[in-house]
Amino acid sequence: MNSHTIELGHGGGGVQMNRLIREVFFAAFGNELLQREEDAAILSLPSGAQSTMAFTTDSFTVTPLIFNGGDIGKLAIAGTVNDLAMMGAKPQYLSCSFIIEEGLPLTTLKAVAQSMADELAISGAHIVCGDTKVVPRGCADQLFINTTGIGLVQKPGLSASNVAEGDAIIVSRDVGCHGATILMNREGLELGSALASDCATLWPVVEALIAADLDIHALRDATRGGLAAVVNEWAQAATVTIELNEAAIPVCDEVRGLCELYGMEPFQLANEGTFILALPAAQAEQALAIMKQFSPSANAAIIGRASHAEQQVGTVVLQTPWGSQRYLKVPPGELLPRIC
Amino acid sequence: MPEPKQLDIKQLYDGFRDPATVRQLARTIAHEAQQLLQPLNIMEVCGGHTHTLMKFGLKALLPQNIHFIHGPGCPVCVMPKERIDHAITLAAQPDTILVTLGDMIRVPGSAGTLAQSRANGSDVRPLYDPLDALTIARQNPTKTVVFFAIGFETSTPMTAVLLQQAEAQGIDNLLFHINHVLVPPAVDAVMADPQVRVNAFVAPSHVSVIQGADIYQPLVDKYATPVVVAGFEPVDMMEAVLRLVRQKNAGTAQVDIQYSRAVNREGNLTAQKLVADCFVVRDTFRWRGLGPIARSALKLKPHYQHRDAEIHFRAILPKHELDDHKACQCGAILRGLAQPADCRVFARGCTPERPLGSCMVSSEGACNAYYRYQSPQRAAG
Repeated sequence: MNSHTIELGHGGGGVQMNRLIREVFFAAFGNELLQREEDAAILSLPSGAQSTMAFTTDSFTVTPLIFNGGDIGKLAIAGTVNDLAMMGAKPQYLSCSFIIEEGLPLTTLKAVAQSMADELAISGAHIVCGDTKVVPRGCADQLFINTTGIGLVQKPGLSASNVAEGDAIIVSRDVGCHGATILMNREGLELGSALASDCATLWPVVEALIAADLDIHALRDATRGGLAAVVNEWAQAATVTIELNEAAIPVCDEVRGLCELYGMEPFQLANEGTFILALPAAQAEQALAIMKQFSPSANAAIIGRASHAEQQVGTVVLQTPWGSQRYLKVPPGELLPRIC
Repeated sequence: MPEPKQLDIKQLYDGFRDPATVRQLARTIAHEAQQLLQPLNIMEVCGGHTHTLMKFGLKALLPQNIHFIHGPGCPVCVMPKERIDHAITLAAQPDTILVTLGDMIRVPGSAGTLAQSRANGSDVRPLYDPLDALTIARQNPTKTVVFFAIGFETSTPMTAVLLQQAEAQGIDNLLFHINHVLVPPAVDAVMADPQVRVNAFVAPSHVSVIQGADIYQPLVDKYATPVVVAGFEPVDMMEAVLRLVRQKNAGTAQVDIQYSRAVNREGNLTAQKLVADCFVVRDTFRWRGLGPIARSALKLKPHYQHRDAEIHFRAILPKHELDDHKACQCGAILRGLAQPADCRVFARGCTPERPLGSCMVSSEGACNAYYRYQSPQRAAG
């Protein structure tokens, strides 16, 4: 292509757009279904065993587009694929829409597309349809991506409302890395650390957990709102109390340090490759052993249990290392630093 | 030359959260507090200390005859509504960018918050570092950038640095709306109320890092109450309580420095000079909940009035004073006369998502701390 930046003409439906689609998107995602270039992809699901599907959609905006440990493209694939995996579904087909701000460097778009292709390879899912829009400068922040996904359910019945008294609560790794990394990159904080987003595709570890035929009650990736949002949703949906042992929740020193500086709580920071799992306590060690074999969940830990404490149903209680208890709540909205 | 040793943030707090040390301090306090002749009513002046108490559940570790009364040390909580309205008015001006810190953007004024103004088209930007205001001003030369400065003695030097940098770099489109307030006059105003039963203070270490511990000597002289300048970790807080118990048992009242790792009696003289170069004390300032307090806040020196947004925008800034919602008890809470749970709208009509009063908004406010960390045992009872 001649130009080095995206122009309005790249969304115009003409020659320029076709060239962009071929040279960037087909080059990265090419597959037979996508390259038929019909108005819609015609999908045939494997006949037989499983006929239920999971269907999800998510839109991705992030500043900066490229951050330590990932970029918006990796997020857009991992995010949707993980939502399918959390419902026990093997990710199959994705749609992908780009809203591009005029002036985005072409190299950035290519890098993002390549990153998406690399991430797709981990779950084996394919992008089978897509759309490209270019909006005038100032009408979008560089690049927005929407992905929608379909997966075949391998493990039916996973639900927040199935969390039961006696379940162990497991977190797949240390929490808060994505939120802390974005904060650090956005604010240009030079903490001289190796802090990186946890952004990762979780299907391989979920597939192994399903294959082990464990009695998993619920899975949820702890994205916006972090660990705190997931466990609170579970406590309310399943009308149980979730008791967490604060000392057992893994938090890396960099994330804790950043939270100390800004007065934030690591349990409320976003994650992009971290999930929470509930299953009967008797199977917790077996699940943990499986999770530890996969790099995104190598630091998995049992952090608490679901119970049915009088008058505390629907809440999350944190046992502190100081012998006291407090509630863990969902963050109110925008996370803001303290003043002094 | 040896490489300078890198300081790990963890080293700054790790040992000061040791559970065994906290429990041992709790046992010692419980033992020695048996000799107290009357209950110890400690005012922890700063909202940061209120949060330490609640977050680490320290109140549950202390004996029955030690009480905490939460003080006025939360900069967002003490801003009266008319000052919030100033910020909203400034943000609504054409070609104006309002920059401020943290929680300010969530506090309701008479007609909404800065966050709502932003959603309605005002350019409002929360800063993590005040010096970022320089970059914003430089990048927007055709706009007026107003820094809505807020905070106690701790954050004033940062505003002073920003001012001096703007002067030195000739960044003329950066103005200041100064809301810096002072701890000692506010504490004095609280103590002057005969209903107040405070008989000991935990004072915030970060204020004294700048201003020194001696700023509390007049308070000790006037009211004969011990003051311990303490850090914000649980071990700091427990040690401060123990030191207050010991002063009471010994019948003494003096300024004691628990946070000896960074506080001395004089403070940071360089920072004090910087502040003195930029600011003068206002004759009076109205505090939310406490009313007007003489000589309790700062404003820019006449030398810098070309940067004073209160002068520049004098014609449009609202002037009438605005009181809180009738049901809101923030005033009594800030004076230590009520606990958050005494307020009938607490956690009902007033929550962090829909706050009626400023004590619920700020992450340093007492109501917010109670709401976030309220002890499950207590809530169940």
